[in-house]
Amino acid sequence: MFSEFLQYLFTGITIGATYALIALGFTLIYNASHVINFAQGEFLMIGGMATVSLTAMGVPMLLAIVLAVVLAGVLGVALQRLAIAPAKNADVVTLIIITIGASIFIRGLAQLVWGKEYHVMPNFSGDEPIQIFGAVLNSQSLWVLGVGSVLVAVLVYFFTRTLTGKAILATSMNKDAARLVGIRTQVVLMLAFMVSALLGSVAGIVVAPITFTSYDIGIILGLKGFVAAAIGGLGSGMGAVVGGLALGVVEAMAAGYLSSDYKDAVAFSMILLVLFFMPRGLFGAKVVERV
Amino acid sequence: MMAQFSQFRLKGLVFLALVVFALPLFISNPFHYSLATQIALIAGAVVGLNLLVGFAGQISLGHAGFFGIGAYFSGIMTSNYGWSAIPALIVGAVGVAIIAWVVGRPILRLKGHYLSMATLAVGFIIAIILNNEREITGGPDGMPVPSFDVFGWELSVFGQYSLFGMEISGDLAWYLFAGVVLLVAVWLAQNLIDSPIGRALRSVHGSEVAASVVGVNTAKYKSLVFVISAVYASVMGALYGHFQGFITPSVASFDFSILLITMVVLGGMGSTIGVIIGAVVLELLPQLLADFQEMEMVLFGLILMLTMIFMPKGLLPTAANFLAKRRSKAAGGDA
Repeated sequence: MFSEFLQYLFTGITIGATYALIALGFTLIYNASHVINFAQGEFLMIGGMATVSLTAMGVPMLLAIVLAVVLAGVLGVALQRLAIAPAKNADVVTLIIITIGASIFIRGLAQLVWGKEYHVMPNFSGDEPIQIFGAVLNSQSLWVLGVGSVLVAVLVYFFTRTLTGKAILATSMNKDAARLVGIRTQVVLMLAFMVSALLGSVAGIVVAPITFTSYDIGIILGLKGFVAAAIGGLGSGMGAVVGGLALGVVEAMAAGYLSSDYKDAVAFSMILLVLFFMPRGLFGAKVVERV
Repeated sequence: MMAQFSQFRLKGLVFLALVVFALPLFISNPFHYSLATQIALIAGAVVGLNLLVGFAGQISLGHAGFFGIGAYFSGIMTSNYGWSAIPALIVGAVGVAIIAWVVGRPILRLKGHYLSMATLAVGFIIAIILNNEREITGGPDGMPVPSFDVFGWELSVFGQYSLFGMEISGDLAWYLFAGVVLLVAVWLAQNLIDSPIGRALRSVHGSEVAASVVGVNTAKYKSLVFVISAVYASVMGALYGHFQGFITPSVASFDFSILLITMVVLGGMGSTIGVIIGAVVLELLPQLLADFQEMEMVLFGLILMLTMIFMPKGLLPTAANFLAKRRSKAAGGDA
């Protein structure tokens, strides 16, 4: 009984940590530009796929990971520079459609380069599972949690202790005021997309041994990350982390105790409940509208 | 000014009618008729969605869910329970209206793009149910749908009909029916736009705060237009199912929801004729790109991105703007 519960909890926290990282990516871009970036999931796909194909070409694992992350970062910057920045005066809705176009484009490219098959990535440190109170923990789960915690700590440091991080925060609070004090908001936007792409690709790489990877894996992972961000309160970093973990755990419990067919419906029912009863999400800021 | 406005809208409707009825002069093959019928029905749903986007400033990322309920409800009731198509279509639409009202009412009291998240969720839940309830819906494999019938009279693509003394094929009959449905959909939408409700809606889009200050119950009007747009999708979905004769959960998929909203934005939010052009372009594009096979997805994404980057207002408004500028330039040159 207890071991079963523990098993679901491990599964939930692992996938939840991935959702949290994706949600953080959404949050970053949303704060900086109010755009919901539907290409967010593609960064995960690029991270996982590039690592798999580079290692298959004989590149050492660590170097392959670094190259994959750099590739995703470049892609993030390119997305902002080439697709978002030129559409300066567009509606938010139009910008969202641009990110959808970008995600279809990136997915199409990945399909051309890597084909439609599923690719398997080996665990980072062996296939030997760890036994805890009768539950089995995949060693890769520890990697996901460890890397996730480090990334969150780095982000917290970045936003509270560095000037660049504070510049991004300032821009998200008030773009005009940020520009007045000398912050180059275009650079900040570019940075937000880059950091968000880096986060996504790292998440995609550490989770790839558990979920496998293919050219179209970004759609559903991206959406789950979006749901996690919305549950936490779109725009709140803390909310993204808590929302991601909560979503992962509830989803794993529902799949284990209720019905695995309806596992994906859990995420979407949760978002409706949150919207009905606490529309700003768990950690969303109170918004006062100036007229 | 207002009279001019209505006149302009009337022109749009007349123009659309001319295109719809002139098209059979240029095409004859059943595949083209089938494509045109499909476009007309989807365009009808897009006209409804445009009411929400263009006139209430809200987006729905789950409209395919409503389209799917319409298609499946009518399909299930006509094939398993012996209902006639019209009552099935109406009851399905009422059901969709209730769902939309229950979801929209609490969420549209809030400001911001919360409706997009809620509709995304509702659309996904509908698609997941359609995929999993195999015994009723046939699951991912889909289900057959009987042809459309009105008081015992059947409309089928395989039939032969006579219209004003002319013998016409089932393909053409379906196309003409879908064309008339689209014209009625546009006419209803334009009437709504010119009604007091439409004016209230436009004030909501302009400035929600100002609208509520002058006494417009913004939440009520936004919910109302959301319900109307969902009913449009449901009705068109039901007709689409009967026309295709076979439906799969892809009619309710997230991809299809995205396609619908993209048609609105690409064609030009707020412009009824514009969004129909959006539907035509996005339905024809994959046909044109099919020759490129593996490049299809890359090209589709690229075209979508470039159009939105360089014509953020959408195809029709951008083109109209361009023409107006040239005309005023030419007039300036003469003077």
